Amino acid sequence: MTTWLDPQAVADRLNTACPGSVVGLNAAAAGDAYLELSADHLIEAVTFLRDDAALELNFLSNLTAVDRDGELEVVYHLQSLDLNQIVVCKVSAGGYDDPRVPSLEPIFKGAHLQEREIYDLFGISFEGHSDLRRMFLWEGFPGYPLRKSFLQMPGNLTAGLPGFSHESGGNDWPVPGTVDERPIHPNQASRNIPVPGDPPRVLGSSSEGQA
Amino acid sequence: MTLSPTDTEFDPREPITVNLGPQHPSTHGVFRLKIQIDGEIVRDAEMIIGYLHRSMEKLAEERTYTQNIPFTDRIDYLAAMSNNLAYCLSVEKLAGVEVPPRAQFIRVLFAELQRIASHAMANGTFINDCGAWHTPLFHMFREREKVLDLFEMTCGARLTTNYMRIGGVAFDLPEGLLPAVRTFLDEMPGHIEDYESMLIGNEILVARARGVGQISAEDAVNASFSGPVLRGSGVPFDLRKADPYCGYENFDFDIPVGRQGDCYDRFLVRMAEVKESIRILNQVVDNIPDGPWLTDVPLHLRPDPGEAYARVESPRGELGFYLVSDGGPAPFRFHCRPPSLINLTALKEMTLGGSLADAIVTLGSLDIVVGEIDR
Repeated sequence: MTTWLDPQAVADRLNTACPGSVVGLNAAAAGDAYLELSADHLIEAVTFLRDDAALELNFLSNLTAVDRDGELEVVYHLQSLDLNQIVVCKVSAGGYDDPRVPSLEPIFKGAHLQEREIYDLFGISFEGHSDLRRMFLWEGFPGYPLRKSFLQMPGNLTAGLPGFSHESGGNDWPVPGTVDERPIHPNQASRNIPVPGDPPRVLGSSSEGQA
Repeated sequence: MTLSPTDTEFDPREPITVNLGPQHPSTHGVFRLKIQIDGEIVRDAEMIIGYLHRSMEKLAEERTYTQNIPFTDRIDYLAAMSNNLAYCLSVEKLAGVEVPPRAQFIRVLFAELQRIASHAMANGTFINDCGAWHTPLFHMFREREKVLDLFEMTCGARLTTNYMRIGGVAFDLPEGLLPAVRTFLDEMPGHIEDYESMLIGNEILVARARGVGQISAEDAVNASFSGPVLRGSGVPFDLRKADPYCGYENFDFDIPVGRQGDCYDRFLVRMAEVKESIRILNQVVDNIPDGPWLTDVPLHLRPDPGEAYARVESPRGELGFYLVSDGGPAPFRFHCRPPSLINLTALKEMTLGGSLADAIVTLGSLDIVVGEIDR
């Protein structure tokens, strides 16, 4: 079983080896705990994580970014293949104006395409990347689609289905009981299709048969 | 109109640019490889992707957790079950949902069947790229068809299954599925024996694939390779052993690895993995427990704010989903770690200096799915 390293323990090692590289940690969060690194010391910190005998995080498992409503952050999942342990590191890239972080490509070749993808979709510049170009979209595409500020396709194109908006604080999703029941066509009555707002069906008992 | 001498003059010293794709059988989808050749030798290779970009990560931010499951089918359409599984595991990790034991066994059953189907496709097209044209491909398609029939029996769909659910699977196994799986498992070793006698050690295949597209273990790890491509280079890293999910730790199986890290080793690893999958499937069919197959999870699940990364060993490698929740009914961030894309990181280095025909074999041995590259 892969060990999810305690960020506090990793931070202690980092603080002795390269002081100032850890700017925060979140050990109590729901889900995975993570470590926040400073962008200025990112290269030396990640090099240390890779080369340290007790950590040996030599495999960049995943690299992605998150837009925290205007604050962009880059997320790294570093894995050790031999010691079978993993740690989550984050680096703040700044706001929408000119987000940038150092590229990990000199340390991990595996960052090459993933950083290009993040540059394409979030507009984060990776300093030191050998070939930073858009990957999925074409040069000149207006905007960076995965930013939260990107609400509409150029040319007023819209997606086919109405979506859920994060703008309203997440509370405009139908609450069970408030949505009118959808009329069921007589031919479909036997299928008993759940409508949004129904109390969840209790499935999973062998006697019930297939839903 | 008369042509000036310069129009017809051809300088053999100048490299020629050859476009493989976007519509070319050897690229396995809408994938373009721009190659500079000097004679037959590849001097530069650049991949151009995005033809199949559907913006799934953005779309998923506007759907509930359950509504996103069908998207995952379409990320890697040759291994829909594995994608369903990886996504559901990630949501379950985020929301702390327990999965009943029968559902775990059903998930392993379909993940391994999917591996057999996907590897049949991968090896068939790889041999096709090596010049055996379509005979082996269609032989392997025969087995893939049988797996897809089993999928159809269970969930009605063959390719985009949408079968896994948060907290289990959508339906219980239908009557007659387990006997059908047993029949499939009984006849499969005979088919594999046929393939091995025809293909392994085959002079033409060895000549085309041995020593081609070689990558060392160190470079493969540094380039974040995963799956059969990493194991072909001799790194015994398989998430089913290293980070077991769905009870893989209770099954007895081995991890095949290659020695040289070339195209032939990747092919051998996939062939051996099919045999290991059959071993796992036999244990699943013998030990599958009765009981519920789905826990009671709200349709509009609202996980607590936080983030989770869960991964599975898909037929192509480490397939992970990184989800961030803000407490709402839809993911705040939905990211898929695509093994097909990341396995292309060193494509240029692997093809440089070889011949154009070797570049096609190398690309075939990486087993890419363009739906997963572009998403």
